Amino acid sequence: MKAFSYKRFMTLLRKEWLQITQRKKRRNLKAFSFKRFGALLRKEWLQIIRDPITLRFIIALPMMQLFLFGYAVNTDPKNLPAGVLSVNHSKYERSLLAALKNTGYYDIAVLSSEAEAECALARGELLFVISIPPDFDRSVDRGEAPAILIDADASDPIAVANATAALPALSAALDRDLPPIRQAQAPAQAFQIIVHARYNPERLTVLNVVPGLIVIVLIFSTLFVTALSMTRERERGTLENLLAMPVRPIEVMLAKVVPYIAVGYLQVVLILIAATLVFQLPVRGSVLLLLMALGLFIAGNLALGITISILSANQMQAVQFVQFTFLPQIFLSGFMFPFKGMPAWAQWVGEIFPTTHAIRIVRGLLLKGNDFPDIVPEIWPLALFTLAAMAIATWFYRETLD
Amino acid sequence: MMNLVIDVHGLKKSFGARRVVDGLDLQVKAGEICGFLGANGSGKTTTIRMLCGLLLPDGGSGTCLGHDIMREAVLIRREAGYMTQTFSYYEDLTVSENLDLVANVYQMPDPRESVTGIMDRMGLTSRAGQLTGELSGGWKQRLALAACVLHGPKLLLLDEPTAGVDAKARRDFWDLIHDMAGEGLTVLVSTHYMDEAERCNRIVYLANGRIVVQGRAYEVSSRSGIIIFEAAGSDLDAAARQLRRTKGIEAAAVFGHALRVAGTERTALEKAIRSSEYAALSWHETEPRLEDVFIHMLSAKRDEA
Ligand SMILES: Nc1ncnc2c1ncn2[C@@H]1O[C@H](COP(=O)(O)OP(=O)(O)OP(=O)(O)O)[C@@H](O)[C@H]1O
Ligand SMILES: [Mg+2]
Repeated sequence: MKAFSYKRFMTLLRKEWLQITQRKKRRNLKAFSFKRFGALLRKEWLQIIRDPITLRFIIALPMMQLFLFGYAVNTDPKNLPAGVLSVNHSKYERSLLAALKNTGYYDIAVLSSEAEAECALARGELLFVISIPPDFDRSVDRGEAPAILIDADASDPIAVANATAALPALSAALDRDLPPIRQAQAPAQAFQIIVHARYNPERLTVLNVVPGLIVIVLIFSTLFVTALSMTRERERGTLENLLAMPVRPIEVMLAKVVPYIAVGYLQVVLILIAATLVFQLPVRGSVLLLLMALGLFIAGNLALGITISILSANQMQAVQFVQFTFLPQIFLSGFMFPFKGMPAWAQWVGEIFPTTHAIRIVRGLLLKGNDFPDIVPEIWPLALFTLAAMAIATWFYRETLD
Repeated sequence: MMNLVIDVHGLKKSFGARRVVDGLDLQVKAGEICGFLGANGSGKTTTIRMLCGLLLPDGGSGTCLGHDIMREAVLIRREAGYMTQTFSYYEDLTVSENLDLVANVYQMPDPRESVTGIMDRMGLTSRAGQLTGELSGGWKQRLALAACVLHGPKLLLLDEPTAGVDAKARRDFWDLIHDMAGEGLTVLVSTHYMDEAERCNRIVYLANGRIVVQGRAYEVSSRSGIIIFEAAGSDLDAAARQLRRTKGIEAAAVFGHALRVAGTERTALEKAIRSSEYAALSWHETEPRLEDVFIHMLSAKRDEA
């Protein structure tokens, strides 16, 4: 085959041209008919309610995830297993260990040998090994400032972060036990630092996770389901008939997404009720505003879903496509990891996705009591994304089987 | 000119490097029932899809119902009824829900009325509430036909509408098609059944994406130049096996108590019969049937390939 054939090129060009002009010509069918749309909508709705598995998922999935993550996920774990290695159990050591326990982060057991300590750390049975040097008391009394070594298992940094952060405060733990001449004269402080943990004073993980969860659950019920909608028609062979009927692309696409707006709202309401009742989630902002913003988020996901569905040749491709967009939405949106902790390029990627903005809106409205002006910077990227996805979907929607 | 419902010239379509429809010209007059025949993969479905705008031709031009097939596909779709080769209605909807969908999408003035009307006419009323996926093959075909005539189309494009349908239902189906043709409907119907081909006003035979023969059924068989000899007797199967391998005989097949052999050259054929050990059977010449013609054309095509 020749590398470039003028004839072949012209044939392709002609075909593209015809597809574009044909698109124009189609406008002489009424642009949008409520009757046709209504018929398609009814069909989609019947298909949804005829599928008992989907229906069960719609109710069960959000509840399951809420309770699973709400109860299970904790980014501020307490009572972590720790072991102490020491030669002579002395008075100062006891005070020190008591102070460690009092932080609430450590659950201390005494170890007999260094080998045992090494082994337990490697197996994950202990997250900390505290080694106290021999003659600890005497070194302290002599003012030698002996070093206490704490080995922390940093293979999971989140698990040990808060526990290690509590350590510096312990240096004052022995103050009361020391002989009067050794008691430190507290130097006059130049300034003080006072931290207020705003919006979530007890730093409960639930309050961080649940708002994000609302958003993630919505992705499942909107993006995943609509991404399969067109490919399902294609694979069941019903697409040929659908295309043979005088329907407009916009009618077909809208009919496929509109039922899921209702489904999405149903899920939001279910989660909100459960979360306020069970997890005492505060609702400090306007619920109406929340529902409106989430409506936009749902629209964005549906537009993305239908775009994926149109671009995929079969369900397998659609699923892979969804995974491809879903993982960054989980990891780069600030749902799992702090958004500000990511490098600038990752933040840029994160800013594209609706999830990022939706999570900020939901946290802002629920926890911070944000008002409309506060969330405007998150609203317009959502709207932009939705419009762009819809434009792509309409552009790539083929009214032929080619 | 105006009474040509389908009038296309030089239609071409390729999938990848494979040319599936290769310069096809087709004219169908108003009120005509045109049979569309050809081997598997000869391009029947592809042609029908191009006629109703589901596939964009790579080349060629023409009109269907007076609308340009390249640019006015949507207008064609509104006035034509297309029945797909594989069932393509929604299996998780009931019979009446599927018909409701069609009636509303075509914006019928009174959808309910037309749905009950068509269900009555097609004998579907007793199945109205049944899920389509639970219907047997023949009933699905009946639903599909009902759905594609529901909106009162002027042209019916039927792609193997009776595949897998029992004899009685097939007869009803064709009676219905003739009824509707009598009311002015034009029909293009693809089929592999010879008895159906014989009920068409005209047949068009396709091979490799081109029309090789067309005309009335009896014209096609009498013009084919095929000679048929028939013999009666017993143990014909062995005879058929041997004759099939004899030079001058193109096909030999047993039908009940008769053996039919076909050839294109009379002298060669007669010689072959006489010289065989089955010369003692009582041979006589008969008219070629449509089926003989198509078997001949199908095997000729295979020899070429
Ligand atoms: N979408 C497609 N992509 C690639 N090849 C295709 C496509 N559709 C059809 N073909 C090929 O085009 C050829 C003609 O197909 P077509 O369906 O038109 O035949 P047909 O005459 O309807 O056959 P049958 O009697 O089996 O229904 C076949 O070889 C088929 O493999
Ligand atoms: Mg076919």
